[in-house]
Amino acid sequence: MDATSPSAIALHNVARRFVTPDGNVLSALEDFDLAIAPGEFCAVVGPTGCGKSTTLGLIAGLAKPQAGRVTLFDAPVDGVDRRVGFVFQQDAVFPWRNVLGNVMAGPLFRGVPRDKAEAEARDWITRVGLKGFEDHHPHQLSGGMRKRVALAQTFINNPQVLLMDEPFSALDVQTRELMQEELLQLWAQAKSAVLFVTHDLDEAILLADRVAVLTTRPARVKSVHTIDLPRPRDVATLRYDERFIAIARKISDDLREEVLRARAGH
Amino acid sequence: MAETTLPVATTPEPKLETMVERMRRRARLVLALRLAVLVFLIGGWELGVRFGWIDPFFFGQPSGIVDKLIDWFSNGTSIGPLWKQIWVTIYEAGAGFLIGAVMGILCGIALGRNQLLSDVFSIYIKVANSIPRVVLGSIFIVALGLGAASKIALAVVMVFFVVFANAFQGVREADKNLIANARILGASDWQMTRAVVIPSALSWILASLHVSFGFALVGAIVGEFLGAREGMGLLIATAQGSFDSNGVFAAMIVIAVVALIAEWILTMIENRLLTWRPETTVHE
Repeated sequence: MDATSPSAIALHNVARRFVTPDGNVLSALEDFDLAIAPGEFCAVVGPTGCGKSTTLGLIAGLAKPQAGRVTLFDAPVDGVDRRVGFVFQQDAVFPWRNVLGNVMAGPLFRGVPRDKAEAEARDWITRVGLKGFEDHHPHQLSGGMRKRVALAQTFINNPQVLLMDEPFSALDVQTRELMQEELLQLWAQAKSAVLFVTHDLDEAILLADRVAVLTTRPARVKSVHTIDLPRPRDVATLRYDERFIAIARKISDDLREEVLRARAGH
Repeated sequence: MAETTLPVATTPEPKLETMVERMRRRARLVLALRLAVLVFLIGGWELGVRFGWIDPFFFGQPSGIVDKLIDWFSNGTSIGPLWKQIWVTIYEAGAGFLIGAVMGILCGIALGRNQLLSDVFSIYIKVANSIPRVVLGSIFIVALGLGAASKIALAVVMVFFVVFANAFQGVREADKNLIANARILGASDWQMTRAVVIPSALSWILASLHVSFGFALVGAIVGEFLGAREGMGLLIATAQGSFDSNGVFAAMIVIAVVALIAEWILTMIENRLLTWRPETTVHE
């Protein structure tokens, strides 16, 4: 985290404030500092409504901070950056396009010729295990399969920075475990820097190299914990490992404090 | 996943058979009751006239209406062949519908996508929308004459606002997540409009087209009422002028058939365009 090492994502003293309809200023982020190295998997946990998603919006260039600096590879963020991929919490695949059309959307938007885009898309559909479903529309797929479409749609653009906003929170426990496993495999090949927002501490520890705990609103980084569990990790069994439990206990004490404060304050 | 539809083979079949049988029986019952209602109403009307309870001079008579329709189809109407009148009205309503719908869709999308445009024009559209538009028919007749142009103009005005309001709303209701996703995937403004905004507004627009074809017919017929040389509206006005209530009802039935056929065509187009929607694919 020292100043000389390059960072894929960096936020320095960032503030993001909203004006509420009754004229008050609501601060979502204040003095927010976080840096993520290229290829690093960083998870962010915090009490609900603390501004986790806001942070992702700033990095993606969908919103601008009122103070501070947001940089990607040491260049300030100005609008949507082509190196960024984003997986949303809710379904964001296009319901009127079939699986193939959804996965090839990114390359087509970016001007890749149609036949090349289609070949790439078919490759990614196979990689996420959806071969044979190319012609299905999203409503014909299960929640887990739609998430796979979203992953393929994002990874096909080869993002160097991957932002994930509670992507698996709507899935059932078994599907979520499969998707976590799958994400780790995709990430191991893609080597992108990941910022993974979640409210599920177990998920954060299972996946990430580092876990940042946020305070209640206005959010800042309360503490950062390095997760030194060896990779590749087995999502299904790791949560029963003693080291996992020790880390989880430590971070969850940290997190509980904030959750209680959030409950008292709002 | 598709496996949810297939557990048929393992469950005992007789049960399923009776369920299908029961559904069929219910469908037959509904059909029979519908026919019964129709027979009751029409029969009551006819009998009422025969027994002298209803004055056919004012309210017509079903058998008289049928005779009138047969007469019109075989011998033509007082203002020319029936097919000609039907065609004129369909042409006016259809042309007005097409022009009004296209203008409504284009303006709705443009204003929906551009905040400044919509802030400037929304007030005028609200005002224009509150005017009873049928009144404009008189102006159109004066300005555009007794021919088809004035009826088409009235139909355009009737259709435009409905389609516009729906297209605008549809654009505004486009899912914010889908828009953010498309933007991050690399879509330009134009690609965004084509790939996200129009498809998501399409179900709103198509819904408005259903209603607005009816409005186009009203526009054409009212225009013909106000002044025309041919068309179903003129036919009704002529029948009214000679106190021929059977003629008015007969013309009404012809117009209803035209509207139903148009409705059916629009539903077919809608199902074609919206195959990705779960509801429409399950339906038919």
